[in-house]
Amino acid sequence: MSYSTAEMMTVAAARRLRNGAVCFVGIGLPSKAANLARLTSSPDVVLIYESGPIGAKPSVLPLSIGDGELAETADTVVPTGEIFRYWLQGGRIDVGFLGAAQVDRFGNINTTVVGDYHAPRTRLPGAGGAPEIAGSAKQVLIILKQSPRAFVEKLDFITSVGHGEGGDSRKRLGLPGAGPVGIITDLCIMEPEAGSNEFVVTSMHPGVTREQIVAATGWAVRFADDLQHTAAPSDTELSALRDLEARTAQAHGQAPGEA
Amino acid sequence: MAAILSLRDAVQQFVHDGDTVALEGFTHLIPTAAGHEIIRQNKRDLTLVRMTPDLIYDQLIGAGCARRLVFSWGGNPGVGSLHRLRDAVEKQWPHAIEIEEHSHADLANAYVAGASGLPFAVLRAYAGSDLPKVNPLIKSVTCPFTGEVLAAVPSVRPDVTVIHAQKADRKGNVLLWGILGVQKEAALAAKRCIVTVEEIVDDLNAPMNACVLPTWALSAVCLVPGGAHPSYAHGYYERDNRFYQAWDPIARSREAFSAWVDTYIRGTADFDAFKAKLASTVEAAQ
Repeated sequence: MSYSTAEMMTVAAARRLRNGAVCFVGIGLPSKAANLARLTSSPDVVLIYESGPIGAKPSVLPLSIGDGELAETADTVVPTGEIFRYWLQGGRIDVGFLGAAQVDRFGNINTTVVGDYHAPRTRLPGAGGAPEIAGSAKQVLIILKQSPRAFVEKLDFITSVGHGEGGDSRKRLGLPGAGPVGIITDLCIMEPEAGSNEFVVTSMHPGVTREQIVAATGWAVRFADDLQHTAAPSDTELSALRDLEARTAQAHGQAPGEA
Repeated sequence: MAAILSLRDAVQQFVHDGDTVALEGFTHLIPTAAGHEIIRQNKRDLTLVRMTPDLIYDQLIGAGCARRLVFSWGGNPGVGSLHRLRDAVEKQWPHAIEIEEHSHADLANAYVAGASGLPFAVLRAYAGSDLPKVNPLIKSVTCPFTGEVLAAVPSVRPDVTVIHAQKADRKGNVLLWGILGVQKEAALAAKRCIVTVEEIVDDLNAPMNACVLPTWALSAVCLVPGGAHPSYAHGYYERDNRFYQAWDPIARSREAFSAWVDTYIRGTADFDAFKAKLASTVEAAQ
């Protein structure tokens, strides 16, 4: 089956969630990838949304972080304060799955502002749950489309910390989780290099060239010595993703692919 | 004891110019009708507190009711930006607005601390983040037992909190269920609390351990069926996703927004009249 780069991104991200992992899910691309994982390779993945549902198993993708179906299909629904206090800060989250407006080479995330904070060029939505998810989840995965505007040399604002200034700076900040272990894009997978903790390309998606990745990255991106090639989405993965998107579009009255 | 009042009377009695007001509801049970009534009564200089400003604060900010906004995520969920919030922050329209920005974990903890009667909340947060640089209220505290440095943030203690719930009984005891967000904490953190409800019944039939707010902890209960629209009320109606999409072009332009507020909010007597006008517009468009 032929597929889009957006589908490749979602499938590659879904593959990173091991079965049984307890996953704190952001809305949008992370939620799509996490639910695809649940419907394919990782049926026992536990999805936690910041609005309160624990163990949500939605049949369609939620449009908002607090859609009713998340509550109806959850093992339990707890207050939002409890989500952050007991379940996240309490150390029970294996994987924090985040989107971003911008990332830098150390996996730090900006979702706050482009330009000066007090005179912003573009005001973005802000932190939401991301800073503490990035801090306290045992691992973090980041999913976003790759472009020079999104993959920047220097963030205008650090909303959520990845590996800080690189090296052991995250450790020195005293953050309990290991931080971001993967950035999954429509072109490739990046992972932190041992020692420097700078994100380098470790796997290129099929048909993508190094030049494309370099052009889509705002810093002088490096490639791992043992560069891999991402396996193309299988028919099973693609069918599951397309069925999920079609169900979602029908439920929310959207055009297919809009979800 | 909560008084059973009309929403107009409750807002008149309990929301004052200059108040710190929290209208809470995390995607679910957003008290939209109360937001409209605050606009109708032209309340001014409010400090608005809410984790997710959503359309309700986009409207209040665009209508000029807010002096300050305390929040942690300001988008139109599943759609994009809150254009009135952005216009106020980026271009000072209709006037400048101060923003005090936190994370969700921070504000959720701050409501818990407010409900607990504590001056501040403590949480493991913000190390390495730029948010403390732009919000001087985010400070740190050293654990007296372990020496760990933790974030300290002031508790949220609104003058008045407004929430929407499914049911009240005739005494004004309130039952809510589904996604609860921080509503219980926001209600108990406030000096005064107004609850709008879908229906008033003889008996709540609340299951043991259900989220019930006793009447003696509330100021007023108002019957406002549909009062959370375009948000949803679990068991009553679903989220109106199309309205969230339709809001985007309305809020993008100052003129379209002002016309909308004048027609649908200032031009209607109450939420029932608003609903009727909205329904007739939707019908005419079909």
